[in-house]
Amino acid sequence: MTNEEVKEFVLGIHPSAVFDETGEWLNIQIDAAEWKRLAKLLRNAPFNFDYLFCLTCIDWKTFMTMVYHLSSTTHRHTIVIKAKVDRADARIESVVDVWKTAEFHEREVYDLFGVHFTNHPDLRRLILTDDFEGYPLRKDYDDPVNMIKL
Amino acid sequence: MYSQTEILKEPEINSSNSAEGELVINIGPQHPATHGVLHLVVTLNGETVKKVEPHLGYIHRSIEKMCESLSYRQFIYVTSRMDYLSAHVNNHACAMTVEKAMQIEVPTRAQYIRVIMDELTRIASHELWWGALAMDLGAFTPFFYAFRERETINDIMEQTCGARLTMNYMVPGGVMADIHPSFQQKVKDFIKLFKSNIDEYDELVTGSVIFQSRMKGVGCLSKEDAISYGCTGPVARGSGVHCDIRKIYPYEIYKQVEFNEIIETAGDSFSRYLVRIKEMKESIKIIEQLIDNIPEGDYQAKTKAVLKLPKGEFYTRVETARGELGVYIVSEGGTTPYRIKFRSPGFSNLSALDHMVRGSKIGDLMATMGTLDLVIPDIDR
Repeated sequence: MTNEEVKEFVLGIHPSAVFDETGEWLNIQIDAAEWKRLAKLLRNAPFNFDYLFCLTCIDWKTFMTMVYHLSSTTHRHTIVIKAKVDRADARIESVVDVWKTAEFHEREVYDLFGVHFTNHPDLRRLILTDDFEGYPLRKDYDDPVNMIKL
Repeated sequence: MYSQTEILKEPEINSSNSAEGELVINIGPQHPATHGVLHLVVTLNGETVKKVEPHLGYIHRSIEKMCESLSYRQFIYVTSRMDYLSAHVNNHACAMTVEKAMQIEVPTRAQYIRVIMDELTRIASHELWWGALAMDLGAFTPFFYAFRERETINDIMEQTCGARLTMNYMVPGGVMADIHPSFQQKVKDFIKLFKSNIDEYDELVTGSVIFQSRMKGVGCLSKEDAISYGCTGPVARGSGVHCDIRKIYPYEIYKQVEFNEIIETAGDSFSRYLVRIKEMKESIKIIEQLIDNIPEGDYQAKTKAVLKLPKGEFYTRVETARGELGVYIVSEGGTTPYRIKFRSPGFSNLSALDHMVRGSKIGDLMATMGTLDLVIPDIDR
């Protein structure tokens, strides 16, 4: 299994995907709306990306990027999927029914970044208290009391 | 922000929603069986577990946010406080990410020292797990047996690194200081002691009928579920998943050493137990191959005083005692990371707990949780 095969496959489903091979793994930039459909197809044959080992978000101040690191335990191949989400109304489809590990990881991202995962079975804050205000890992979050600045 | 009274507020549990005969109990955050401040809200019907809901965050320090304002030399020290039983391995992962990004060549001597330290850490961590698991199941003596060996490792660490738990010994480019002159001899003494004592573990616990009946067929996890839940380390290997990062993506000198990846296929608590016991023996095998062959040379590569990572994204994974630890750094070219994410093994392993214990008895919940080997600061970060 090669990056070329993955690229061809993704382009067949989502023609406007953008590829970046400068890093260690193939990075695929997709539209957030296309994510769920693509996720299901990548999870199954022929590629069998069954292991979602890192799910996180990056705040770029004007927008946010969801980052999914996927690996296939049969082919030992790794790819990175990135989807831009709006900062004011951060929203992306949940992939809990594709990879079960996403349940906790998505709750963590919701907790710390405020990204809404539609169709998540139990989207609540995971680490912080339920009445906590704000999303600490966003770049504009400020807490004058508890935050240590060096 | 929050006020004091709000923190003390009980978690909201709507008892009117629970079905007839169901009881909701809180285990933790202060409970001996959770080995740290983990809070489990367990729904029971009689003694049968209907649902387990972990509540996290009692030791959340927001290490990821903290690291955004720390330099590439400083942030490594914070990571010793994540999985404190695998401090060396955490430091190792961070140092490797920085080295990978800056293309720093690590001297062979440092690579040998690092791998020996990693494996000693793995043994120390598994020792503590073994003692604590037996204690969870009501046997107190094994804890002392485990600490007999573990103390020896701690003494070795103290002599070379200056600390017994949060070592902070690995730095970008190598290790902080050279090994103590008596390091090799002490490690060899430890190997001798360990080999003469490891059989006692089997006599005391592994072979016990009571222990086996508490472990076998309890907390089953299938191979497919283990992968889907993102389980790694002994938890996944107990379910037959090939996931040892040292084997599938070898780093440092793991390519050159001979050892077996331990796989058990039953997927129950007992197979996870066996994986860890056998892994300790494999770690000894790795150390034996390296300890006499540590090459002469520098223990640290020459690096600049201020480290600057190039713009880009860097990801490193290593095998800690609990599973796959991932360090993901997004750099904007400055002296501090723009965003850093630690993919901790315990977080994913814990997420499978509910699935593993549904329908079993509450006593089995404790046994299953014991074999997950949770370290709470690693989960909360």
